[in-house]
Amino acid sequence: MSSETKQILTTDGIPLEISLKKAERKNKIKAFLLVAPLLLFLIITYIFPIGEMFTRSIDDKMITNMLPKTFKSMETWDGKELPSEEVFASFLSDFKILVEKKEHGKLAQRLNKEKNGFNTITKKLFRQVKRNKIDETQSIKEQIMKVHKRWRNVEYWQAIKRTAPPYTSAKYLKAMDMYLNEDNKITQVSEDRRIHRILWLRTVEVAFFVTVFCFLMGYPIAHLLATLPMKYSNLLMICVLLPFWTSLLVRTASWMILLQQQGVVNDFFVMIGIVADDNRPEMMYNKVGTYVAMTQILLPFMVLPLYSVMKTISPSLMRAGKSLGGTPFVAFWKVYFPLTIPGIGAGCLLVFILAIGYYITPALVGGASGTLISNQIAYHMKTTLDWSFASAMGLMLLGGVLVIYWLYNKLVGVDNIKLG
Amino acid sequence: MSKNTEFVKFDKVDKSYDGKVLVVKDLNLNISEGEFITMLGPSGSGKTTCLMMLAGFETPTNGEIYLDSNPISNIPPHKRGIGMVFQNYALFPHMTVYENLAFPLRVRKVQKDEIDKKVDKALSMVSLSGFESRMPAQLSGGQQQRVAVARALVFDPAVVLMDEPLGALDKNLRESMQYEIKHIHENIGVTVVYVTHDQGEALTMSNRIAVFNDGKVQQLSSPDKLYEEPVNSFVAEFIGENNTFGGEVTDISKDVCKVKLQNGEILANPVSVTSKGDKTTVSIRPERALINPKDKMDNNQTGKIEEVIYHGDHTRVRLDLLGNKEFILKVPNSSNELDLKLGNEIKVGWNSQDARALDPK
Repeated sequence: MSSETKQILTTDGIPLEISLKKAERKNKIKAFLLVAPLLLFLIITYIFPIGEMFTRSIDDKMITNMLPKTFKSMETWDGKELPSEEVFASFLSDFKILVEKKEHGKLAQRLNKEKNGFNTITKKLFRQVKRNKIDETQSIKEQIMKVHKRWRNVEYWQAIKRTAPPYTSAKYLKAMDMYLNEDNKITQVSEDRRIHRILWLRTVEVAFFVTVFCFLMGYPIAHLLATLPMKYSNLLMICVLLPFWTSLLVRTASWMILLQQQGVVNDFFVMIGIVADDNRPEMMYNKVGTYVAMTQILLPFMVLPLYSVMKTISPSLMRAGKSLGGTPFVAFWKVYFPLTIPGIGAGCLLVFILAIGYYITPALVGGASGTLISNQIAYHMKTTLDWSFASAMGLMLLGGVLVIYWLYNKLVGVDNIKLG
Repeated sequence: MSKNTEFVKFDKVDKSYDGKVLVVKDLNLNISEGEFITMLGPSGSGKTTCLMMLAGFETPTNGEIYLDSNPISNIPPHKRGIGMVFQNYALFPHMTVYENLAFPLRVRKVQKDEIDKKVDKALSMVSLSGFESRMPAQLSGGQQQRVAVARALVFDPAVVLMDEPLGALDKNLRESMQYEIKHIHENIGVTVVYVTHDQGEALTMSNRIAVFNDGKVQQLSSPDKLYEEPVNSFVAEFIGENNTFGGEVTDISKDVCKVKLQNGEILANPVSVTSKGDKTTVSIRPERALINPKDKMDNNQTGKIEEVIYHGDHTRVRLDLLGNKEFILKVPNSSNELDLKLGNEIKVGWNSQDARALDPK
């Protein structure tokens, strides 16, 4: 061959590559148009809300817009001693505008979140402003400082300065039971107020154990499904899928009926004499209830990937293992089990990710000691209306899931995953 | 060294899966040490079931199997020490070739250097040295096959079972593998029980062939005997090609009988007919009937050529002979002076010795 670099031409003299691209362009466009609606749908319903959640979780523009002049004049303040007259003056002028717009309440609320005690002193200042008691020809600093002794405290002015940036990580820190203190250092909240970290740990713990229980129960079921003759395996498959076709709420409610103290399971225990009638164990409104109900509900997500992997494993492999001298256990452990790892990985990942964000079941059967982080998110969405905090926690959950996915990819390899 | 002629012994073995149908009926079979025996039969004839019973994956419903005079029905597969090559090789896909071969040795707690030696030897036996670190998926079908054979032999089993091991290979590879397996058997002298439905495979490889049909051994003999002296019409039909005539015995002496056909009469070799009036199927191999025979033959008939099919080294001629429109003749390519044209009448002759009067179909 004279040269390999020589361009190959088609019969009509067009370079082959160009000709090929031309021929494939139409197919590419067609393929893109086919997925375009889905892509659009995903962007609208998934990517966009996540972006929205993110901005909401770090957004702190409200106060930035409320006190524009104050923050501007504070730029030169070193934050060690009380700020200058100028800062006080611009604060007062910002405050007056807020009073006119009747937004001073919001300011007080926001500042009070930053440091306790702002509510009172803002109200006092408001009364002075309302009665036009402040004379702008004299030192504003002196007058404001007279309103309340806290206005003379430098810590309160430092707190105001801390709210200046339009973005804040406060919500994320709060979700970890931490906050930025006066020196802009990340600090833990006092021990009796640390509730979120317990919830996170409990969520991971519950998800982990639910995954383990699902695996322990799902593996034999999937194996049975994959090896039974068709007519039995179909029946068993329906038994596995039947809960799937029942409403989640109904299933959770039926667990409540079964597990409550006067419930079926307890009645049975009393009947066969395991427990005394006046000492029925509590199996609901605690972690036990959450474990039992979630394991049952998430079991199909473990069984199905496992089944689809096991179905592809030829029974002759186990036979080969045995005929070569392996005991049934060795044949299982050295031959069968390693081949099911892609299914185990997929099932565990699926169950863990679903469990970590589970909401209805822990809300209904979890009680106080069985609620998870998702219940906390829902609480802030519906009750406290602190959407930015809920968004922050939601995103942290998402981040956690991504980290698990990444870890899984490192350990097992996502290419090995088999979902069906 | 006298070889144990009852090394593997099936003694009155019955097998039924559902309690209604017997898949294997009253099987008695002795396999001697070092023998290459093939179980040949159509699918569903019970041959694979027999193999599985020997391997320990099925239990006989009745009767007993002996290995070296020990009953083995109650011994689990992993303690039988029988090597097995599976239909689809059953190589462990997550292990390298080396690990696959080392598996039977590791479970036997063989020392590491001993394992290395044995694996090396087994791989060189199937000419796959240097493939230790490959995964099975990186091998071609023929190579996988050879790894499977090596794995079944690496732990020096007394018996190796092969369940249609060449079924998934293409024709050329299958033929070369047949010779390779045969040579390995000759070299190491292991007892091989081979299952196939391919008669060509059975004929070229085996010391003896057991033809299975309907759960029974129809005939157990050496390949040449099986082909040339089938004992019943199933075997005659199943092994090789076969021209048949259905008729009734009208006269019988010691080694010749007269069979009356629908239109005509022929002389035949009484194999499974005993008396006048017996219904029979007469079987003649295509190559044993000659056109315009020069030697004297005791059957001479005239047939009309219905079809001529060119096969390269030989030509097949389909005749309408004595009412059988499917009478096939094989004419070697050397005899080109013959006038093989459609519609021509030709003379055909064969010896009564080669026309075997078997049981009626």
